Formats: sequence, structure tokens, C-alpha cells
Amino acid sequence: MKTFQASIFGAAALAIAFAAQAQDYRAQAISMMKRDFHAKGIAHMDRLNEDALQLICNRSHNEPPKGIAETLQHDQLATIQYPADGKFLGDWKAGEKLAQNGRGMTWKDGGKPSGGSCYNCHQIGPATTSFGDIGNSLLHFGKIRGYGPDVQKYVYGKIYNAKAYNLCSKMPRFGHSGTLTEKQIKDLVALLLDPNSPVNK
Amino acid sequence: MSSIKLRAVVALSGLALVCAAQAAQKESAPPKKAAVHAKKAAAAKDPVAADFEKFHEIMEEDSPAELFEAKGAEMWKTKRGPKHVSLEKCNLGLGPGVVKGAYVQMPRYFADTGQMMDAERRIVYCMVKLQGFKEADLAKKPFSKGSYLPDPVALVTYVAGQSRNMKIAVPQKLPQERAAYKLGEEIFNYRAGPWDFSCATCHGEDNKRIRTQNLPNLASKVDAVRAFQGWPGYRMTGGLMHTLQWRMNDCFRQQRFPEPGYASETIADLLTYMGVNANGYLYKGPGIKR
Ligand code: HEC
Ligand code: HEC
Repeated sequence: MKTFQASIFGAAALAIAFAAQAQDYRAQAISMMKRDFHAKGIAHMDRLNEDALQLICNRSHNEPPKGIAETLQHDQLATIQYPADGKFLGDWKAGEKLAQNGRGMTWKDGGKPSGGSCYNCHQIGPATTSFGDIGNSLLHFGKIRGYGPDVQKYVYGKIYNAKAYNLCSKMPRFGHSGTLTEKQIKDLVALLLDPNSPVNK
Repeated sequence: MSSIKLRAVVALSGLALVCAAQAAQKESAPPKKAAVHAKKAAAAKDPVAADFEKFHEIMEEDSPAELFEAKGAEMWKTKRGPKHVSLEKCNLGLGPGVVKGAYVQMPRYFADTGQMMDAERRIVYCMVKLQGFKEADLAKKPFSKGSYLPDPVALVTYVAGQSRNMKIAVPQKLPQERAAYKLGEEIFNYRAGPWDFSCATCHGEDNKRIRTQNLPNLASKVDAVRAFQGWPGYRMTGGLMHTLQWRMNDCFRQQRFPEPGYASETIADLLTYMGVNANGYLYKGPGIKR
């Protein structure tokens, strides 16, 4: 009787263990990475930890339930620090340079100011044809969407924290992650929304 | 060296310069010339891609990778290391000394180490176990740079050449191998770091590109073969021979992650995931990459 009980218990435990194993590949993968990686330059080991947003996107294959997405987007929106002077438009020429610059946040990059990598993912100005297409085209952005303060605020916020508008967006959170400064983000807003920027010609 | 080969290598170094220049621009603001350049070629392809294709045709028969294969073959047979033995008894999964066909069947699980091992990881293991090299020494400078060619790179290129024109058949028989696939899939999709990137951010959709570089969808059957085909590859950018260990390292850098350990389990599992996705395709041997 005792052995019988033990074996039932054993089988159940085994079944649970197997089910858990299936769920557990992620946890195992994460601890493996934490064992196998090392810090280099500015790329420290804490980068392997998920924050709350990454965790939800990872768990849901980037499609979180609507309710959760809304709540978390709200939290992301609250992280955006808008310019104290209330002005969103900087210098589009400086913005163009930042959009071209793909540096920033890698273990080779310490010290130097970061760029936005924008052309890696977006069509922007008409002169650059070597653009990536992970993101949508931003050519004629102001012409199409308008130049008003609401649009300016949206674009500033989108660059500061893209996840505030689309929780599991592929676009990095440039302000939130400390990649770009307030001035740099303003310059990028100008690239998209200054009527004189080539983007809107 | 045949004169064709010599000429090709000279042409190659010229092209490599062009590519290196382009690559340098890519990470910073490209000067106006590049924009004009790109515009001219916009209708067709960018000039480097066009040059590359032309070059690829010339080199089809006579790839510079073959020079590295020959180097690796020599190294394989030579008595080396503190123990002064060759690698001819190294077991790449098909039995001691069997090299033919081993590369297209890796990564695989090795019972003697209890680990998943890709070709480079296994070769490093053999260099340590059989020849007495120190693993830490091999991991110190594992990637080609300037005129420096790490031994494992030449050896992997030789071993890969011995699977030329064979079908990719990364094994999934053992439970450890099936688990490695699952773990690799998790690593591939794991978003973290300051830019919230995973491999899938850049390689999870069809027909995407960064600048002019096409991004293979490595989760799909059709594209995944690009994680195999042409690797190890003679890279025109900089004119260096690189293995997948280097490619994984540089992609993790672009992902803004810390640095993965050389020849680590993480890399072996990632390569298992992509390799299995590429199963069934014909591997054409070490090649060239832009
Ligand atoms: C890794 C790729 C990636 C990078 C780099 C990137 N973006 Fe994006 N971006 C996207 C994607 C994908 C979308 C569309 C999905 C979404 O809304 O988040 C997007 C959306 C946007 C939008 C909203 C478009 C609309 O129609 O409302 C703006 C504005 C934008 N990006 C600006 C930028 C700027 C400026 C930069 C550089 C600082 C940049 N992006 C860098 C991927 C990227
Ligand atoms: C920020 C974007 C980005 C991320 C993230 C990224 N890669 Fe890449 N990957 C690239 C680029 C760019 C190339 C070069 C394509 C070329 O040269 O044509 C590339 C090339 C590759 C190749 C070689 C493809 C070929 O055609 O030879 C493989 C394999 C690969 N990446 C795997 C990965 C894996 C695995 C990860 C996750 C660890 C990853 N990448 C993360 C951008 C990225």
C-alpha cells in the first residue's frame, strides 16, 4: 500500500514536473544567459533583467491582453518628461544628423553622445534612400499629420517613450532609456514637424 | 596560389575597402556623397550590393574562404599544443576523426561533456582536451582582426568545408537536443536591455531591412538557411574570415546586450534553433558575406 501510494504520488509529481518544464524553458534560458554573459563597457549585466513592460511583452509574444496593455501604456505615458519651457521644436538640421547616427548604448559606445538610429527603421528625408523599413515611412510627416501643438506633443512623446502609444512596439524608448536628451528629441521633432525641414518639402 | 585566385584576392581587398568605408558611414552620419550614391542606385540596388553580386559570380568557383580551409586542414593534421598531438582523433559527433558531414549535423548533444556543442565549441573542446590548450587563452581573442586569424576560425572553416554540398541535418533525436531548440527559441525572442530588442525585433518578420542590409527572418524556414549558408564567411567589410560565433557576438552588441561568452551554451542553443529551422537545405560550404 505504501509503495502504491508512493508511486501515485511520484507519477503525479513527475507529470507536474513535466508541465512545469514546458513552462520553464524561458526561466531556464534567462538563467543560462545570466551565467554565460559578462559586462562589457557600458553594457552591464543588469541589462539582462526584464523591466515590467519587457516582461509582459515577452510573456505575451508582444500581444498583451487589451486591459493590461492599456494600464501599462498609461504607466509608460506617465514616464514622459515634457520640456519645461513648453517648446517642442528644435533645429531640424541637428535632428537630421541624429536620425542618421546609429551609435548609442552598445558596449563599443561608452562616452560618445548617442544618435537615434531613426533611418535604420524609417524612411524620413527624401535625400536618403538607404533607409530601413521596420517602422513606417515618416516622409511628409508634418504635411500629412499637421504641424499643431498636439502633433508636436505626440511626436515628442513618441520619441521619448514609444511604448506609451503601442506597448510592445519595436521602437526603443529613447528618452526613457536615457539615450537621447531633451534637446536632441526637440531637434528630431523639428526634423519631422518643421515646415522648412526637407521631410515636409 | 593560382593567378585567378591572386587577382581575385587583390580585387577583393579593394572592394573590402569600399565596404569598410560604407560600414563606417553607416554608424555615423553618411556624407552627402553616400546619399547621392544611394540615390543613383535606388532604382536597382545599392552599389556595394551590385559589386558584391558581380564578385560573388567571379568567386563562385574560387572562393577566398578556400585559402582558410586549406590553412585549417593543415592545422588539423599538425601536432600542436602543449601535448603535441594533432586533432585527428577529435570526435565531432560522428566518431573520432570523422570530419566529413559533421558540420551540417551540429550543434548536437555530446554525452562526454553533457553539453550542446556547435562546431566551434566542440573544436575548442578538442583543442583543450586533446592538445592541452587553455580554454581561457582561446577565449581571449576569438575573432579575426587585422592580420590576426584565431586558430579555431581556420579549423571551423576547414571542418565546414568538409560538409560542402550536404544537406543541413541538425539532429533533434535526443531530449537534450529538443530542449536546446526550445531554449534557443526563448533566447531568440527575449526582449531586454535599454532598447528593448530581441533577435526577433530585427529578424522576426519577412522582407525587412536595416538601411540597405536585408534582415533574414530567422524564425522562418525560407530565411533561416541564411544563418547557415555562407558561414563561416569571408566578410568583405574589413576583409576578415568570420564564423557564426562572431556573427552572434556582433548581433548581441547591436541588441545592446552585455557580451555573450565565446563558445557558450547560449550560443550553441541559439545556433540549434536557427539550424533546425534551416534543416533540409543544401549547405554550400564556407562563403563570402558582405
Ligand atoms: C528598431 C526600429 C525603430 C527605430 C530605431 C526607430 N523607430 Fe520609430 N517606429 C518604429 C516602429 C516599428 C513604429 C510603428 C509602430 C509603433 O507605433 O510603435 C515606429 C513609429 C514611429 C513614429 C509614429 C509614427 C506614426 O505614424 O504615428 C514616429 C514619429 C517615429 N517612429 C519616430 C522615430 C524617430 C524620430 C526615431 C529616431 C530617434 C525612430 N522612430 C527610431 C520603429 C523604430
Ligand atoms: C538591431 C538589429 C539586430 C538585432 C537585434 C539582431 N541582429 Fe542579426 N543582423 C542584423 C544585421 C544588420 C545583420 C547583417 C545583415 C547583412 O549583413 O546583410 C544581421 C545578420 C545576422 C545573421 C547573418 C545573416 C546572413 O545573411 O548571413 C544572423 C544569423 C543573425 N543576424 C542572427 C541574429 C541573432 C541570433 C540575434 C539575436 C541574438 C540577432 N541577429 C539580433 C541586425 C540585428
